[in-house]
Amino acid sequence: MSDSKPSYLAHHFDHLEQQKQSATLGIWLFLITEVMFFGGLFLGYIVYRGLYPEAWHTGSEKLNVILGAINTVVLIFSSLTMALAVHGAQTGSRKKTANFLLATIILGSIFLGIKAIEYHAKFFPTTDYNLIPGANFSYPAAYADQMQLFFSFYFTMTGMHAIHMVIGIGILIWLYVKALQGTYHENYYNPVEVTGLYWHFVDIVWIFLFPLLYLIGRH
Amino acid sequence: MKHHIVSVKTYLAIFLVLMVLTALTVYVAYIDFGHGLLNDLIAMTIAVVKAMCVLVIFMHLKYSAKLLWLIAGSSVVWLIVMVGLTLTDYRSREWMESQLHRAIEWQANPPAEQPAHPGLH
Repeated sequence: MSDSKPSYLAHHFDHLEQQKQSATLGIWLFLITEVMFFGGLFLGYIVYRGLYPEAWHTGSEKLNVILGAINTVVLIFSSLTMALAVHGAQTGSRKKTANFLLATIILGSIFLGIKAIEYHAKFFPTTDYNLIPGANFSYPAAYADQMQLFFSFYFTMTGMHAIHMVIGIGILIWLYVKALQGTYHENYYNPVEVTGLYWHFVDIVWIFLFPLLYLIGRH
Repeated sequence: MKHHIVSVKTYLAIFLVLMVLTALTVYVAYIDFGHGLLNDLIAMTIAVVKAMCVLVIFMHLKYSAKLLWLIAGSSVVWLIVMVGLTLTDYRSREWMESQLHRAIEWQANPPAEQPAHPGLH
């Protein structure tokens, strides 16, 4: 034990390598619980789509595929800026780290903004039917009840995904402030790396949500 | 231990691949392959390839300890168990019921030149 322990090495770790591996292992364990969490929603989707294929097909057609596709591009772009923020920290460029974190925050916010536009169009429909599950749901088809189920899945899955994005953006803002203070550098960037892993995971969830919700009724 | 740092070039290349695959998945969604299942299969294949790109490069799995591969892989195993076992139930219910119904009918009304037990087809 020496007094030369750097301030960014927590006292219960022997060395930086051990600290880094513990952090990465921890976030990966958390992420597999997230896989099972979203997995349950996907499973419900699969089971009911198998039972009510017609309702799923029509429901999917009622989503805005252009906004969905734009959001996919925005989110993947935000994953790139997140990866570059980690790269900035790894190469000791504090300015690059902060700037790319800010870019990720902005892109994540754009995603949520577009999502809000989509939700708004559903909550205040200009059509003569209403696709919000609940007392006011109406659609002129024999399988309207089944479509209500599709939209329950749509709002639950995209809603849970959006909550993950909001939490992610919150953490990124905190990281950005810290990065501006010069906290992260080539010897210590665990929080940036770990948040990056979380952010990429949320991206992967959307990579599956987009085709399953927006694209199944197009052909 | 020195950590492998993925180059900016690699990140940009993977980003381009993800963009192309996104365009591709939208494009093929509008093509009718005759059987709906084929559309799903293509869409999910593209999604899995995209997810692998993110996992291996963006999430640095390629340069991570084997333990992390094991953890990431285990989530896929448990997911397959959960989805697979549930679907064996939901997807076999109708068949099971029809078979049961047939068996009861045969038992009540056995055709003359047929064995009394219908067997499962």
